[in-house]
Amino acid sequence: MRNLVRRSVRRPWRLAAEASALLIAAVVAFPLYWMVLSAFKPAGEIESSEPRPWTLSPSLDSFRRVFGQQEFGRYFLNSLVVAVTVVAVSALIAFLAATAVTRFRFRFRTTLLIMFLIAQMVPVEALTIPLFFQMRDFGQLNTLGALILPHIAFSLPFAIWMLRGFVKAVPEALEEAAHIDGASRTRFLWQILFPLVFPGLVATSVFSFISAWNDFLFAKSFIISDTSQSTLPMALLVFYKPDDPDWGGVMAGSTVMTIPVLIFFVLVQRRLVSGLGGAVKD
Amino acid sequence: MTDRPLTVSAPGAAPGPAPAAGPAVRASSARAATKAPRPGRGPAAGRRSPLARGGWTPWLYLAPALVVLGGLLVYPVYQLGLISFLEYTQAQVSGGEPTSFQGFGNYAALFRDEQFWQVLLATMVFAGACVVSTLAVGCALAVLLTRVRALPRLALMLAALGAWATPAVTGSTVWLLLFDPDFGPVNRILGLGDHSWTYGRYSAFALVLLEVVWCSFPFVMVTVYAGIRAVPSEVLEAASLDGASQWRIWRSMLAPMLRPILVVVTIQSVIWDFKVFTQIYVMTNGGGIAGQNLVLNVYAYQKAFASSQYGLGSAIGVVMLLILLAVTLVYLRLLRRQGEEL
Repeated sequence: MRNLVRRSVRRPWRLAAEASALLIAAVVAFPLYWMVLSAFKPAGEIESSEPRPWTLSPSLDSFRRVFGQQEFGRYFLNSLVVAVTVVAVSALIAFLAATAVTRFRFRFRTTLLIMFLIAQMVPVEALTIPLFFQMRDFGQLNTLGALILPHIAFSLPFAIWMLRGFVKAVPEALEEAAHIDGASRTRFLWQILFPLVFPGLVATSVFSFISAWNDFLFAKSFIISDTSQSTLPMALLVFYKPDDPDWGGVMAGSTVMTIPVLIFFVLVQRRLVSGLGGAVKD
Repeated sequence: MTDRPLTVSAPGAAPGPAPAAGPAVRASSARAATKAPRPGRGPAAGRRSPLARGGWTPWLYLAPALVVLGGLLVYPVYQLGLISFLEYTQAQVSGGEPTSFQGFGNYAALFRDEQFWQVLLATMVFAGACVVSTLAVGCALAVLLTRVRALPRLALMLAALGAWATPAVTGSTVWLLLFDPDFGPVNRILGLGDHSWTYGRYSAFALVLLEVVWCSFPFVMVTVYAGIRAVPSEVLEAASLDGASQWRIWRSMLAPMLRPILVVVTIQSVIWDFKVFTQIYVMTNGGGIAGQNLVLNVYAYQKAFASSQYGLGSAIGVVMLLILLAVTLVYLRLLRRQGEEL
């Protein structure tokens, strides 16, 4: 493909394409740049009517204000606990389920697959009301459980659907060989299949991580009285009052909230991109 | 399988036969990595996979997923339907009054409400505009990625991953700052003075749309780019040697091969954009001045949690559910028509 493109696209056109790609990259990255820049601007400078795209005296004041806010560290930890639990538990459950629907032939298999597909489309937000009552009845309101449990359920269908392709790709001959060598089914599952499918699990986990880390609606609706159980989006909004936002605080908080996801993305990007291609093509 | 960072290659994308719309031909990375053991070893070779004869085993594997989905997805959906038929306000929630069956009362009230129709229309138009813009930008940039050398490609990929990784709440506040009438750089660059973007209905929707497109085009771009890269180069070269124009190659070869991918990203975009909550809620401060920027999701939330009309809120939820279900059925039909094996 690249060779063909090289040959057929004339040089000035390719240079124009490359220039526009760089320009677009700059435009796309600009909001992030502005976020970090504003977080480091000293007090007062951000509220200037002549915003400068640089700052002469970077300051950590906004970050101090953010971390000085009661229990910001706690919120950060809560967000992390929610996201990591959701990722780990849903990956495990999805792996088992994906194995079942790809490695076995049984009645209702196709029906189940279609149900998983339909489950993917259920608007989570519409379920806030019944989930609110359900969490209340379980005694989970104002606990992290109220954020973890629903997100596990919501990331499952997509995770199963995506992992299916990865499980399918493991040759059956491998299974036979393991069987002949005397490995039990459980052993095959965890010691052979699981490591092979792991890259797929990583790609899948991006989606469950993002959905849990980004969660705003459930945190807003289910954590109502015990704010020590709150998560980062709520902490951020302490600084964002629509009439009089503390922009420095909001941008510093935003930066702190975005960095873990960025790190996660950088760690998994190669798996993510190849995983997407695989899952989508399947 | 290339191992360079930020190059896209699907597990099944090693150059090989064209994945003509349908189940892709997968020369899996796993297969390549593990070297399947020698065939014909032992008497059982050639028999069916031992895992396949499962009996109850598949159900054992499925049990955790089914329990979780049943308890936290299916049951809430049932409850949502149930509550939508009840009178359910603060009095019933606190147990002060018994719940009473309303029949279609909530729906009747909803459908009589002029605001509901306005919000429904706004949701459709807004989601539609988001989907079309996201797909257009994502696909255009995916094609652009195939035309440039490694460095510009890396830059664009990294920028897109950054936008993708940005949480919805932080993205919303950053875009608000960018377009802030007093302190934002955009008005300064465009020379708009202190024009407020969130004051007017359409400009507020437009601002939210920009943010939504910014954080959701990367998924489309990366996925479509992965798809284009998976098309074997020999096929395209042959076509080009035979004298086919670029447009012809795109229309007759790439487009049909990419169709399964396009279907998936379209449906995912429809689902995501129809359910936008955080961006609208944060950027328009809960639905805009006098509710001018409400979409169904935020509307349902306001009805249920701000004014304690849980029955009415649930009815709105059911309407949303039905619309998305209709979309799903269209999706399933498309998949089936492509002969996709489930």
